[in-house]
Amino acid sequence: MERFERIYEAILKGDNGGAVEVAQEALDAGDNPQELIDRGMIPAMAEVGRRFEDEVYFVPELLLSARAMKGALALLRPLLAESGGERTGSVVVGTVQGDLHDIGKNLVAAMLEGAGFEVLDLGADVAPQQFVDAVKQHSAGLVGLSALLTVTMTSMKSIIDALEEAGLRDQVKVLVGGAPLSQEYADEIHADGYADNAAAAVRVAQELVAG
Amino acid sequence: MAGNPLIGELTAAGPVLTDGAWGTELQARGLSAGETPDFWNLSHPDRVEQVARAYVTAGCRVVLTNTFRANRVALASHPDVERVAEVNRAGVEISRRAAGNEARVFASIGPSGKLLMMGDVDEATLRAAFAEQAQALAEGGADAIVVETMTDLAEAGIAVEAAKATGLPVVACMVFDSGKNRDRTMMGVTPTQASEELTRIGADAIGANCGTGIDDYIPICASLKAATELPIWIKPNAGIPELENGEVVYRTTPAEFAVKVPRLLEAGASFVGGCCGTNPSFIEAMRRELDG
Repeated sequence: MERFERIYEAILKGDNGGAVEVAQEALDAGDNPQELIDRGMIPAMAEVGRRFEDEVYFVPELLLSARAMKGALALLRPLLAESGGERTGSVVVGTVQGDLHDIGKNLVAAMLEGAGFEVLDLGADVAPQQFVDAVKQHSAGLVGLSALLTVTMTSMKSIIDALEEAGLRDQVKVLVGGAPLSQEYADEIHADGYADNAAAAVRVAQELVAG
Repeated sequence: MAGNPLIGELTAAGPVLTDGAWGTELQARGLSAGETPDFWNLSHPDRVEQVARAYVTAGCRVVLTNTFRANRVALASHPDVERVAEVNRAGVEISRRAAGNEARVFASIGPSGKLLMMGDVDEATLRAAFAEQAQALAEGGADAIVVETMTDLAEAGIAVEAAKATGLPVVACMVFDSGKNRDRTMMGVTPTQASEELTRIGADAIGANCGTGIDDYIPICASLKAATELPIWIKPNAGIPELENGEVVYRTTPAEFAVKVPRLLEAGASFVGGCCGTNPSFIEAMRRELDG
């Protein structure tokens, strides 16, 4: 089996050791890392996401695969930088002010990292100004907002307004998600995207960044 | 198997009615959304007692406590986290006052809100947090402990062991709301796996709560029952939540809910009650259904 097929299998199975081993072999052999990523790793995570959305995979499978992806990417990244390859982009994520629930946000962060995004996780109960500062400092192209409570999801609007006031709204896309949210609500507060699960969040994030 | 004496005594007389949702009842009494309900045990014990009393008056034989989130991990960022044991003791005392001789007090332990698998919390920390909570609930005078709304078997196991260490009977339930048929937990656990594992670690009754409506819980109850000899505890939601103008609404009515109770009993349930979206009217309707 070719290396890209082996790393595809390893990531799909959530086998971190296997994925890292193949990545190291590829480096030792002088393979083009971009090819391993494009032909093996990204398709594997896409399949993981599909299985999660089809409810064949559950949270543990998702986490193990994301971990394997992250492990292999960590090895390959330095070479990508040398060869001029670019990261997918930088994302700021956080659970909004007043809300301490972070399981969903953490899953999305893990999946975004698995998809190659550089993720800055601000944690839970994050004030609008903290989002603004982080977007500014890291020139993030995307911000991901999470809320589990119907009462806290309203502060997503305040964050979008704060980004507007800071003059950042044109440079940053806003992706929202969480149990009480819907596409309608996302449209109402002028978010750029909505995802109802962690796999969908990656898909929407990629679409938003691609413009 | 002999089984726990208290659980045996309760179930010997037929199906045991438990209570319904607490959060929405507290909100109706002024709890602001975003405020941690458990701290009301210290700041507004009278209003918490009104909720417990409403369920006892509606005819429940087992009333829970307002201690669902009162573990040190879930409350880590709360300024009054050091009062966590006090919150638990007060929670039991409040439900006890409301219960009088009418109902038993089964104290609630909910999840930590962190995933072991992600490394957001470690086993030792969880073990200590649940042990502290269980100990305080026992000191407060609980008749039993209910470990509820669990998604992960590892975390459920840690909580059950902590609860068992108090010597009280322990009910262990998980929330089934995921998968195509809504018969898996968020972590992918099936009813059969839950039933076998929770029985193995020594729970005195096992079951399911929250997540989905009573229709979905009928087959889940049957699957749980098929894999254990322990009594089954079921507390469904009032249907699947829907969004209406940004508000979460549950559409099942008390009458629609209560009429399904016989099917839940046929599927093997010994303890029945409600979770999110239910209120004392649901418990009243279920009481009438059970009393025929």
